[in-house]
Amino acid sequence: MTDRILTTRMDAHPADSNVLARYEATGGYAALRTALASKTPEEIAAEVKASNIRGRGGANFPAGVKWGFLPPETRPRYLVVNGDESEPGTFKDRQLLERDPHQLVEGIALSAYALDVRQAFVYIRGEYPRPARRLQRAIDEAYEAGYLGTGILGSGFDLDITVHLGGGAYICGEETALLNSLEGRRGEPRIKPPFPAVEGLYAKPTIVNNVETLSNVPFMINQGGAAYDAIGPEGARGTRLFSLSGHVRNPGNKEIVMGMTWRDLIYGLGGGIPEDRAIKAWIPGGASAPWLLPEHLDEPVTIDDVGRLKTMLGSGAVVVMDETTCVVKAAHRIVRFFAHESCGQCTPCREGGSWLERMLARIESGDGRMMDLDLLLDVSDNISPGLTWPPKMTTICPLGPSATAPVTSIMWHFRNEVEAHITGGGCPL
Amino acid sequence: MTWSQKTDERAQAIIARYPDPRSATMPLLYLAMHEDGHLTEDGMREVAARVGLTPAQVQSVASFYTMYKRDRTGRYLVSVCTSISCMLLGADDVLAAVSEETGVADGDTDEDGLFSVEHAECIGACGGAPAVQVNYELVEGVTPEQGKALCAWLREARPEVVLGDEMQELFGGQRSFEWGPSETAGAVGPFPAFEPYGTAKEGR
Ligand SMILES: Cc1cc2nc3c(=O)[nH]c(=O)nc-3n(C[C@H](O)[C@H](O)[C@H](O)COP(=O)(O)O)c2cc1C
Ligand code: SF4
Ligand code: FES
Repeated sequence: MTDRILTTRMDAHPADSNVLARYEATGGYAALRTALASKTPEEIAAEVKASNIRGRGGANFPAGVKWGFLPPETRPRYLVVNGDESEPGTFKDRQLLERDPHQLVEGIALSAYALDVRQAFVYIRGEYPRPARRLQRAIDEAYEAGYLGTGILGSGFDLDITVHLGGGAYICGEETALLNSLEGRRGEPRIKPPFPAVEGLYAKPTIVNNVETLSNVPFMINQGGAAYDAIGPEGARGTRLFSLSGHVRNPGNKEIVMGMTWRDLIYGLGGGIPEDRAIKAWIPGGASAPWLLPEHLDEPVTIDDVGRLKTMLGSGAVVVMDETTCVVKAAHRIVRFFAHESCGQCTPCREGGSWLERMLARIESGDGRMMDLDLLLDVSDNISPGLTWPPKMTTICPLGPSATAPVTSIMWHFRNEVEAHITGGGCPL
Repeated sequence: MTWSQKTDERAQAIIARYPDPRSATMPLLYLAMHEDGHLTEDGMREVAARVGLTPAQVQSVASFYTMYKRDRTGRYLVSVCTSISCMLLGADDVLAAVSEETGVADGDTDEDGLFSVEHAECIGACGGAPAVQVNYELVEGVTPEQGKALCAWLREARPEVVLGDEMQELFGGQRSFEWGPSETAGAVGPFPAFEPYGTAKEGR
């Protein structure tokens, strides 16, 4: 059974997996040739739908279903690739961009053909100049070789791909903020609906997909969508890149078939915790995700099983914290991020986030008051009423509620340690 | 100061890639930083004139994003990630060491305009924590000592082009993943080095 799709070429050919000659020598652009020579756009879209892949950008939405939302008549349509990758803990798209950019270019070309798109944009965070240069060089090579441009491979299909660098704002990863940013505006999320598939870039129908999502498309055309759908458990098909970091011996991106346990991932692939210290908690899917605890080590890593534990796989970023971690400091650091990255449109997010940040700062430094404990949950509840999972929203986008995830994680599971900061005037560890 | 013909041609080529000139605002802001070393009022006027916005609109866009530096910025912008994964592995000490070696506090620039130092939120190098960028070129697995050595080297060697591979070899450690072949292009100022924006330069 296939257990890796995205990282095989870069592992086998570390010296040149990013260049066209290597890509072609290892089967690259065969899918595009086949598609343009003998398949209709509808047939290509059908393979992606059949794969049942769920988007890898964080929301886990089925790609084929999203593609189906495009209004049939309106043109032009745009394809926008989300390479903003800024969720703390996440570094998988960077590896795909740097080490196998042609895989993404072919995925974009196949998708554009399927969606009747002539112009695609790849929005890459501004702090990723190296990945952007690698992708740009691959795009230049692809134009040169006739895989992009006008009359691709002698067919009637035209496509331009433009790489666009961001300006250092996490919120631009949210798809409607990204589109505003790509229009030369402040990166403020739009109220949905309308969804981008109906009204996106310059109000035209636009599909936004993550770098990893589209990097899988060549496989789906070469092997068939059904072959992809045959990998992994139901609801979590295909392979997936997990970014493992924090207190682990072997950090890095791990491409796995979902369904293994957290223990397999953290202790098997991750090699366990340095000096065999005990694990305290881990973040299962980026800074926005509520934390999991040692009692969850034997739970399966799938989108739905993790959802059942009232958290999420999100962007696939797993951050491990061992027994030496001060949970107040960790939560403060994450809340600081969300407070800083709030775009400021919604009061609960703008004000609530910085309230939480200030309260955690004072508890961390030993200046907290007992009433801060309930206040933390109270402010969180104002941002996301009921503190349910998935969070109820009072804001335009999910960034607001994200700031409450670390707060509830420490208040519900480590309340004693938080309290000890107040009674002891600082960190007890 | 108005833009040279070369910069103007580059701006026009960028604008032509988009459905509407307005989309070129962000790329052109990097061109403006490249012209002046940071983003100036003049630079924003040059951008506005080309993308069909008013200077006030361009300023409103620029002020939303952290990478458009509207204050004087050092030739070497040292960004130390202090987000969660790097913090867990000692990033606060790396930031302190960098500040000590350069004499520049978090968020400041020195008198000579050589260094700016800032703490950054996650820069996508968490598997190689703690991570540092110089002009957005990455170094992974940086200890406080190596952070100091990196800054001392920048001060003494004054590389014209900042190259990630060179810094990684000299001062880096654990990487998020193997980087593949080394890069010959790098950064010439506190903005991302990207060929289509004319902001990258061959370094070796
Ligand atoms: C605050 C916030 C940040 C996000 N950041 C990213 C990101 O960096 N990259 C990404 O692909 N998706 C990100 N997303 C998800 C996108 O809105 C969108 O769902 C995704 O790009 C769609 O692609 P996919 O279906 O292929 O995953 C973010 C969402 C939110 C709410
Ligand atoms: S929730 Fe926060 S980031 Fe999202 S739109 Fe509202 S203010 Fe902006
Ligand atoms: S937390 Fe520092 S690079 Fe991600």
